Amino acid sequence: MNLFLTISFSSIASGLHNWLGTTIQSHMLAMVTEMVIAGLCLLVFLVPLCFVLGYMERKVAAFMQIRLGPNRVGPKGTLQIVADTVKLLFKEGLTPNASDKFLFNLAPVILVVTCMLAIAPIAFARDFQIWDLSIGVLYVSSISSIAVIGILMAGWSSYNKYSLLGAMRSGAQIVSYELSVGLSLISIVILTGSLRMSDIVMSQETGWWIFRGHIPIIISFVIFLIASTAEINRAPFDLAEAEQELTAGFHTEYSGMKFAMFLLAEYINLFIVSAIAATLFLGGWMPFHIGHWEAFNHIMDFIPSSLWFLGKTFAIIFIIMQFRWTFPRMRVDQLLTLEWKYLLPISMVNTILVTVMAIMGWHF
Amino acid sequence: MSLLGEDIVTEEGEFVVNIGPQHPSTHGVLHLKVWLDGETIKKIQPHLGYIHRSIEKMSESLSYRNFIYATSRMDYLSAHINNQACALCVEKGLQIEATPRAQVIRILFGELTRLQSHLLWWGCTGLDLGAVTPFFYAFREREAIMDIFEETCGARLTQNYCVPGGVMADIHPNFQNRVKSTLKQIKSKFDEYDELLSGNVIFEMRTKGVGYLSPEDAISFGCTGATARGSGVSCDIRKWFPYDGYEKVAFKEILGQGGDCYARYMVRMAEMKESVYIIEQLIDNIPEGDFQAKTKMVLKLPKGEFYQRVETARGELGVYIVSDGAASPYRIKYRSPNFSNLSALETMAKGSKIGDLVAIMSTIDLVIPDVDR
Repeated sequence: MNLFLTISFSSIASGLHNWLGTTIQSHMLAMVTEMVIAGLCLLVFLVPLCFVLGYMERKVAAFMQIRLGPNRVGPKGTLQIVADTVKLLFKEGLTPNASDKFLFNLAPVILVVTCMLAIAPIAFARDFQIWDLSIGVLYVSSISSIAVIGILMAGWSSYNKYSLLGAMRSGAQIVSYELSVGLSLISIVILTGSLRMSDIVMSQETGWWIFRGHIPIIISFVIFLIASTAEINRAPFDLAEAEQELTAGFHTEYSGMKFAMFLLAEYINLFIVSAIAATLFLGGWMPFHIGHWEAFNHIMDFIPSSLWFLGKTFAIIFIIMQFRWTFPRMRVDQLLTLEWKYLLPISMVNTILVTVMAIMGWHF
Repeated sequence: MSLLGEDIVTEEGEFVVNIGPQHPSTHGVLHLKVWLDGETIKKIQPHLGYIHRSIEKMSESLSYRNFIYATSRMDYLSAHINNQACALCVEKGLQIEATPRAQVIRILFGELTRLQSHLLWWGCTGLDLGAVTPFFYAFREREAIMDIFEETCGARLTQNYCVPGGVMADIHPNFQNRVKSTLKQIKSKFDEYDELLSGNVIFEMRTKGVGYLSPEDAISFGCTGATARGSGVSCDIRKWFPYDGYEKVAFKEILGQGGDCYARYMVRMAEMKESVYIIEQLIDNIPEGDFQAKTKMVLKLPKGEFYQRVETARGELGVYIVSDGAASPYRIKYRSPNFSNLSALETMAKGSKIGDLVAIMSTIDLVIPDVDR
């Protein structure tokens, strides 16, 4: 326990950096090696994360639908998702005859790569961040909007009418909801005065923004949850893969490992969205602090920062999962009406309110 | 010319999509050819016959006792009511009537059938609109009803319980208690259903004002059941042409307003409550006596034509028997509710979106084997 508290992730990282710098002569090669190691760490983290999320989704669904969920493979069914993955790995990856094979194979890769890129500036724990760049928030929102290209590509290259319809829906949806997501993020950026993720987390040392920012921040938190659920194509906004209308939408023709990559991307996206919400509104890895209550704050610090971060993130994931198993799906025109007539105007007015609030210093 | 056929895009720039015969929301092997302009539906052409089993022709070589069982496979969710229609029609030809005990048992089974059919429909409506959870809630109660069927007649779905003159066997001694406890359970869940789906904002957005069917259209297409009653057309056979003693039971005919998906939905939800009400009146008043009237071993209908209609869970089912005096029917024709209801689909769905098409199909409550027979 003591060891865990004293050795911080940054000391490991800087130790590695120094060791690489001294052992490898070429500066370029040292940097590349460091990046590869970081990428491998990311993969080692993300794949089990998707297993956890997949298991969690099935258990949450079962809990809401008065049934048991997976309970046969492994203790309490925990290995079910591993079994499913093995099945997907060994399945034949069919490529439709008339499809554009290059784009068809490229699309899932683009989706997975973009969501892995977007994970870079997220702070998992105190001093544990892959890339603390100065435009963190902007970077995440711009990288995640590249994903739409992957979806459009998949829909177009499949040469399937359902896929094409799904991709078209998805394009319209993601592009529109991007605006609301951006505006709700901006409200925090205005209060913090920085786009850097670590600055945003540090600014919440005396209290998380959702408690300090009055009603406008709560509004932007809600808007962020709705809009980002739409942006990652989850129910009730899963029009792009509306099972009852378009069989499986843009990934109708995908099978085997390529299909698994879509699934992987979906779960990583879910994690990223929740992580961003946790970082910006709920303080990221920052423990629950109340103003200047030193004793209380000190006790809270004893809980490891990574647990704080993961706890908050999974709480939000749980909420988004509950959406999926509660609501019917919206229709495509209603979806766009919701964005352009309600969410966008509200978040615009909200941004102005937050700006006034920041200028006048009306927050805690 | 391409792999998908020459008409991907028509000359007018319409996109042709084949929905079905294998598709999650057609509830069977219905094939809809849909002409789309973007997401808007321009034209729908149902292609039938994927599950045609020539039940009508087959019945011509079966005896009057045996042909009844084939009808369980038409509208399998109203299997008992289909059997009842055939049994009633044969009884009409023989000029006999089921015993009073058998009549009450038939009504009880008929209403339980309606209840389980509507429960399944409710779950599927949720499923079609993208809410998966209602399906499991509906099945929880439906299973209890299926268990009642199983206890008395051995089968869960295709009961084959009706015979000319009554029912095949007496009810299980436990039947009354079990029905009462199941009804208690179902009644306590109606509010939960409303909370989960009926009162949901997105559900109302998806169904209100969608798939409008005017009363005139409903009549001219021959729509019956909740599809027509949602448009305010009174067509409940149980009220208009009572059979098996429905005239002695107090119940309301539910009429909807608006003729949209929401109206049809509400009609069915209210019908479930009416079915519960009917069963409650009868469950303690099953008359003593024989469960089957005495009939000859080989039934022969006199020369002539006989017609009997009943109200299934989906609408009016008509059985038309032409007899030449032999031991098997000369010709049989079924007027199935789903076929007529399906014909109104294009009128309802024209100009709406693909998502609406799914909502409309689920509120018509199609059972495809009944369309094709």
